[in-house]
Amino acid sequence: MPMTITEKILAAHAGKETVSPGELVQVNVDLALANDITAPLAINVFHDLEACDVFDRERIALVPDHFVPNKDIESAQQVKLTREFARKHRIKHFFELGETGIEHVILPEKGLISPGDLVIGADSHTCTYGALGAFSTGMGSTDLGAILATGKTWLKVPAAIKLVYEGLLPPWVEGKDLILYTLGILGVAGAVYCSLEFSGEVIRKLSMSQRFTMANMAVEAGAKNGIFEPDEITKGYIEGRSDRPGAFLRSDPDASYDQEIKIAVDDMEPQVALPHSPDNVKPVSEIDPVALDQVFLGSCTNGRLEDLRNATRLLKGRKVADGVRFIVIPGSPSIYKEAIKEGIIETFLDAGAVIGPPCCGPCLGGHMGVLADGERALSTSNRNFVGRMGHPKSEVYLASPVVAAASAVMGRIASPEEL
Amino acid sequence: MKIEGMVWKFGDHVDTDMIIPARYLNLSDEHELSKYCFIDVRPDFVKEVRVGDIAVAGVNFGCGSSREHAPWAMKAAGVGAVIAKSFARIFYRNAFNIGLPILESEDAAEAFSEGARTSVDLETGEIKTTDKETRVFAKPVPDFMREIIRAGGLVAYIKREGSF
Repeated sequence: MPMTITEKILAAHAGKETVSPGELVQVNVDLALANDITAPLAINVFHDLEACDVFDRERIALVPDHFVPNKDIESAQQVKLTREFARKHRIKHFFELGETGIEHVILPEKGLISPGDLVIGADSHTCTYGALGAFSTGMGSTDLGAILATGKTWLKVPAAIKLVYEGLLPPWVEGKDLILYTLGILGVAGAVYCSLEFSGEVIRKLSMSQRFTMANMAVEAGAKNGIFEPDEITKGYIEGRSDRPGAFLRSDPDASYDQEIKIAVDDMEPQVALPHSPDNVKPVSEIDPVALDQVFLGSCTNGRLEDLRNATRLLKGRKVADGVRFIVIPGSPSIYKEAIKEGIIETFLDAGAVIGPPCCGPCLGGHMGVLADGERALSTSNRNFVGRMGHPKSEVYLASPVVAAASAVMGRIASPEEL
Repeated sequence: MKIEGMVWKFGDHVDTDMIIPARYLNLSDEHELSKYCFIDVRPDFVKEVRVGDIAVAGVNFGCGSSREHAPWAMKAAGVGAVIAKSFARIFYRNAFNIGLPILESEDAAEAFSEGARTSVDLETGEIKTTDKETRVFAKPVPDFMREIIRAGGLVAYIKREGSF
């Protein structure tokens, strides 16, 4: 029976020849992930299960990244609880401050995920690893706590939607624009319970960084996972990071899809999602010139080296507009270090940006750049729900790193073409 | 199992930041979390909700984050059941796992009005106002999920079965 790449990975982890959409399967988990917000609840569940030990101390990653460096006593307690659990069970991949960064940036960077893996994380943006040709999805803390104990979980095999990107990407148009444009078509519930498969000639040429950005936001359409067929670019990324070669699977040519959507990119402009939904998307040229109070460049969507590098292409010799607070957060210590070496950090500082330590930053409105009543921000992150980055009467626009850089300079939402 | 309470109406795409804003995620205790349930969008909710009340919503309820703090906050605030046209998948799993009853119904959002005294039968899926003037049936719950509910949540299910 022909299968999609997602079905093949699920079948392999369920010990079955084939699986089909709608089927419930029990699967073995290759890597389980939790962060400082979700790990404490998962650890409680682990204890409620009266489990003696974790299923495999080398296949669990605990990444404090949401409220670190600890922002208050409560978050310090949460990290402490997570750290003590990690020590007690000798969890190999616990990331202490100094090593830690954003979970979805760090895990691929450290080679913890290979193509064909099945990864479950207590974080909705766990779908990011689909960029590597892995099946990965977010669950809650109870599911994760059960996985910590058993190494297994249950899944419903998702129906698939195939997205085919055709043409040639215009200058300044990036993976972020492709996924925002796609969200505009699908809507925030357009792929609920489905798998999104990114394909086409445009995708084949995209860097890993851009692919991570796209897979990251699959959940914004309600999708269970977003996935790319692994190729030479994937192989180039994995080499030197992981000693596990991975399974380079492809969808069968006659695999079945609920929908196939073709997207022509030749005339695409940079895209912006307006408040208060990631699917409220318009081309940048159609956006009213709203003034901005804050610009944030970072997050699990766009906190990678290529994102920072692309933004500085526009910032050299320029200054952030008066009245705009420009916050830049590298996604990991090694990205931070490389950005220093390449002079990227210096360019940001000269332009008037502030650099934060690797963490989730202001993305979720709890730490490092919270918005006040009536303030407006442009962010390279993934969600702009009401109150997402602070006060319920603040507003968030979502866009790519180059739109963020151009907007920081202009003091309003701006296209890179304007500089 | 029957639940009875007052209807609280919500719209489409109620996201987890509405249910519990991220600034409260430094808390892990459900009773602490429940104090801030819907605080930004319905500041009166926590004060006025009573045990057994029923949230009735449109499509894609619980979209956004994987935070289990969201169903915990609702459950600890007293919400007896959530009925929506559809749920975001992580919220759906989380609600079953922690024992917050949820049901899918295409018709409930239109049929029931804010404040209506309503009962929900989790076994049959029957949802009706106490004056019996309005009555709809929810979609059947998948067998496997029903087993988790019968066991009393995922933890109890795994303890009973030894594994999955």
